[in-house]
Amino acid sequence: MNCRSEVLEVSVEGRQVEEAMLAVLHTVLLHRSTGKFHYKKEGTYSIGTVGTQDVDCDFIDFTYVRVSSDELDRALRKVVGEFKDALRNSGGDGLGQMSLEFYQKKKSRWPFSDECIPWEVWTVKVHVVALATEQERQICREKVGEKLCEKVINIVEVMNRHEYLPKMPMQSEVDNVFDTGLRDVQPYLYKISFQITDALGTSVTTTMRRLIKDTLAL
Amino acid sequence: METDINSQDRKDLDKFIKFFALKTVQVIVQARLGEKICTRSSSSPTGSDWFNLAIKDIPEVTHEAKKALAGQLPAIGRSMCVEISLKTSEGDSMELEIWCLEMNEKCDKEIKISYTVYNRLSLLLKSLLAITRVTPAYRLSRKQGHEYVILYRIYFGEVQLNGLGEGFQTVRVGTVGTPMGTITLSCAYRINLAFMSTRTTGEDTGVTYPSVEDSQEVCTTSFSTSPPSQLSSSRLSYQPAALGVGSADLAYPVVFAAGLNTTHPHQLMVPGKEGGVPLAPNQPAHGAQADQERLATYTPSDGAHCAATPSSEDTETVSNSSEGRASPHDVLETIFARKVGAFVNKPINQVTLTSLDIPFAMFAPKNLELEDADPMVNPPDSPDTESPLQGSLHSDGSSGGSSGNTHDDFVMIDFKPAFSKDDILPMDLGTFYREFQNPPQLSSLSIDIGAQSMAEDLDSLPEKLAVHEKNVREFDAFVETLQ
Repeated sequence: MNCRSEVLEVSVEGRQVEEAMLAVLHTVLLHRSTGKFHYKKEGTYSIGTVGTQDVDCDFIDFTYVRVSSDELDRALRKVVGEFKDALRNSGGDGLGQMSLEFYQKKKSRWPFSDECIPWEVWTVKVHVVALATEQERQICREKVGEKLCEKVINIVEVMNRHEYLPKMPMQSEVDNVFDTGLRDVQPYLYKISFQITDALGTSVTTTMRRLIKDTLAL
Repeated sequence: METDINSQDRKDLDKFIKFFALKTVQVIVQARLGEKICTRSSSSPTGSDWFNLAIKDIPEVTHEAKKALAGQLPAIGRSMCVEISLKTSEGDSMELEIWCLEMNEKCDKEIKISYTVYNRLSLLLKSLLAITRVTPAYRLSRKQGHEYVILYRIYFGEVQLNGLGEGFQTVRVGTVGTPMGTITLSCAYRINLAFMSTRTTGEDTGVTYPSVEDSQEVCTTSFSTSPPSQLSSSRLSYQPAALGVGSADLAYPVVFAAGLNTTHPHQLMVPGKEGGVPLAPNQPAHGAQADQERLATYTPSDGAHCAATPSSEDTETVSNSSEGRASPHDVLETIFARKVGAFVNKPINQVTLTSLDIPFAMFAPKNLELEDADPMVNPPDSPDTESPLQGSLHSDGSSGGSSGNTHDDFVMIDFKPAFSKDDILPMDLGTFYREFQNPPQLSSLSIDIGAQSMAEDLDSLPEKLAVHEKNVREFDAFVETLQ
């Protein structure tokens, strides 16, 4: 089975990086999260309820919807913050990208470790621009807002294709498909990583791979 | 078209589609209320949250949707449409969006109803949540208030896109295949907002869509024809009594709409914004406050009687609305009371006394009482040039008082020149300055006297010549003494 790959590109001002990334990541995760599963004895399960909330951006004329899960929001904000810092410190042209990868775990026999098989990868390429005047910033607010509207429509279009999704697992397998570590929602297993690229487009500085599940260990 | 779908699956599918349609309407209407929506996740399933999503059910909206559907379901040729339109306070209206829930012939016979269709409908609702924040009408609806309001209308049947203007755009939210056909959810939205822009360029604020939070004006409704400024003063004075008027007006259009089978658009207004205190009678959260104001205006003899009726209304409305939050109504006449800003000492009633068109008028000294007693105003011997003098003093703009009173043409200012002390000399600098500026005219310079003497001189010339001729010798002797 091939991994589906989607690429989005945005050009933003420095202070808009966080909100733009959060908007895209949250929109994708909204579609890729379910309520908590509660397995019953007969092998059936019931699903919890997912709440949603609107988030207004401070630096962009844009509002996005995210699942009502503070844990998930915190996890995303943490990694987006690191990405923003890395972008700022890179001193390059302000080019970078974040990848949100949904994967399934496949148990392997000892001594081999579990395999992580991605089935969908969302890549967001960011180009940071520097603006001089307040008027330019105001225009940028509106333009980036419109661009993000387009990105949301693109994301929804992809989600609507109803392509491959992992099968609903049995209770013993649920951790191979879903991230069950959160209290209120259950997204598919995912990883977020980012890269800062220089003008040549090659990966120069640290490529950080981070398993969000580990950072969520409370 | 009929498939091998069994009756239980068919029943389930119909139920899913029905509730999906109702939830779709809820999501769309709630997204146009003008406020942020927030619902909580719950890990333990409650059993009442359709599609595993926490979407609140506003009763009026459900009622309208059910009325429009009238027991039918979206089918081929029969679509459920939610029309979102904008109405200004002057009464102009414009369609912004049409959301369509349609069914087409393409069937997916293999799909499992209770599992796949259900989950895909849930995904489609999530997509709808995201897309409703992304169309242009969302930002407009967040800024609705005193300038315009957003209305919704639900109808069932053929989609009517004529009101969207030229060049409208379409965005597809998603599709879900079922054995009976494919459910499609899409939105057609207007992009030509020229009507709005020409209207608002003449605004004093200079902002195209002023936000509700900045407004402290009374909110006019779509049923008012008076301009907002006039209404604000009248509503201020009739503030509590207007509730009675408001209720009557509320009742009228609701009845009207019911008779016309929902062709009348319903207003989406959420009171309780920062801009003011809503006085609509059906708000349980604010109803208590409104009721108190109502009681205040009624005569005390009626106090006991009136106390009973508002409370009974209150309990009714509390049971009607699902939550303690404010909920929109089919037709709403929302009145916003003028808020008193922080640090303002004057009560509202006296606002009109301070001339509102002068900035910092609150800080201007009050000179009205001093006018008659002030000797400056009526100096005893000054000539008849008081008015221009006062005008010139006023325009000098010295560091003294600067208040203006729009009632009189001129007002006497308490003239206090800088650095002058007025307690040592009876004649202070101000008085000197005033008199210096107003010296009496020289008599020889007055035109009358000049004209008079000329004539006399001419007449007296021959006599004077005769006299001088007599005294020629004296003049000659005088001239010799000089040489």
